[in-house]
Amino acid sequence: MGHPFRDVAIVGVFNTKQARVLEGYDSQSIALEAALGAIADAGLEPRDVDGVVGGIASNFLYQSRIGPAWRSMSPLGIPAVIEGAMAIACGLANTVLIATGEAGSYRQHASTAPWTRPTNEFVAAYGMFTAAEFALMARRHMHMYGTTPESMAHVAATIRNNGHVNPQAVYSGRGPFTADDVLNSRMVADPFHLLDCAMTSEGGTALVLTHADRAGDLAKAPVHLLGGGTDHYGPSYQHPPVWDLGGVRRPDLIAGHVGRRAAEEAFASAGLGPSDVDVCEFYDPFSFELIRQFEAYGFCAEGEGGDYVMSGVIEPGGRHPITTDGGTMSFSHGGASVQLFQRVIRGVQQLRGECVSSQVANAEVAMCTGGGAGALFTDVLLLGKDRP
Amino acid sequence: MSLLIPQAGDIPLPDPGPISAPYWQGCREGVLRYQRCLDCGAPTHTPALMCAACASMSLEWVDSSGRGEIYSWTRVWRPVTPAFITPYVPIIVTLEEGWSILSNLVGCEDDSVAIGQLVEVEFHHSGGPDDIWLPYFHPRSP
Repeated sequence: MGHPFRDVAIVGVFNTKQARVLEGYDSQSIALEAALGAIADAGLEPRDVDGVVGGIASNFLYQSRIGPAWRSMSPLGIPAVIEGAMAIACGLANTVLIATGEAGSYRQHASTAPWTRPTNEFVAAYGMFTAAEFALMARRHMHMYGTTPESMAHVAATIRNNGHVNPQAVYSGRGPFTADDVLNSRMVADPFHLLDCAMTSEGGTALVLTHADRAGDLAKAPVHLLGGGTDHYGPSYQHPPVWDLGGVRRPDLIAGHVGRRAAEEAFASAGLGPSDVDVCEFYDPFSFELIRQFEAYGFCAEGEGGDYVMSGVIEPGGRHPITTDGGTMSFSHGGASVQLFQRVIRGVQQLRGECVSSQVANAEVAMCTGGGAGALFTDVLLLGKDRP
Repeated sequence: MSLLIPQAGDIPLPDPGPISAPYWQGCREGVLRYQRCLDCGAPTHTPALMCAACASMSLEWVDSSGRGEIYSWTRVWRPVTPAFITPYVPIIVTLEEGWSILSNLVGCEDDSVAIGQLVEVEFHHSGGPDDIWLPYFHPRSP
């Protein structure tokens, strides 16, 4: 049997303008702009699409009158990309549009963003939100392995500097940042300072997948899915984020290493390992999560992530540069779902060689991720230039 | 440095459902309760219909000692909503019976928290339509 995604290619990607506030837009209108952008980037027309993923893309389905078409309501990042790819691989659709957007739902900042604080009877009364959830994971790692705020700050400064030099980033030109700048910013949820945390913003994003047989005739070089996986333990932010949370099936795969199984599956189907990854488009909700991911995916041993990120590998020019557009810390964090797709968008742009900043020379393999330990899920997607 | 105390403002309160009602009734009575499997004996929290260890549907409510130790903690300076007074210290406590709970630390200075600190439950009347008593934890001696 051949590779499951042999017949699938990503052929269109598009980010709309991203900003703290997008005046005049709502989530539907910015997602529509993203959808049309990704379709145009592929050199296709809306009528070429016969499948959509996501609630907002479902609206596009009606507006453009391209129905009847295949539809999934999967909203959150890499699982949606995998689902769209599966639809093509299974023959349920030929060309799948994934589009989402966020504008207008969070402009009064007295409280943290709504997507950071789901209501739950065992969580809400204790003042929990994403920063606190992820901090409970980070603190446990610090206790076990001596991981330092300085190593986390180095991660944050590296990602923020990628955003600083990216003219498309919401916080373009805000730096450059040093680790000390991060450590000197105000504390949000110990050990996370303000600059260790993702921001909030607005924007839209979209991508288009199609059958590989067609991809060669389109506007841009196709990018292929070499492997993917999703690791989930249950609903986010409703149960204590215990580092050692394990399952009955694989007690060795604890929540602190969430994403390990997904990465193993992705590497296995790709026939690759961590050393083959040229670009680490890792999801960056909080600085510690990069340290954790390098351990979970096998780039370094457990407990060594702090030293690993300090060893010169994550910066531009390093062997495994991270989050090259500035990520959720500096590029954009457009609500509940937009940013969960943007690691994939950036991975595609890196492999095409079209990044306007921090382009990794001759990038062949990109590893894109989403989620994090504090949310009890991590998704992984390996992208490459060659058809698997 | 400031003394950690229970939140007294208009914070979001639990809305007990049929599965969790015995838990919150225990809190009203000053007892921290958890579920234990009648088949395999494993503890389960948060309140559930199914044993987390063996998927049995035979669970019983039992009283916890209310004693445990801090497994992890954070100290929040940017409140989730303006109703929360900062700093507050979310903690995960491992209870003596081997289950975990999310709560807040009270009854000590905010800069004295540490993993491994021994703690014990206390209950604070938060009221609301369901007459909620929230479990918090304070440091204890061995």
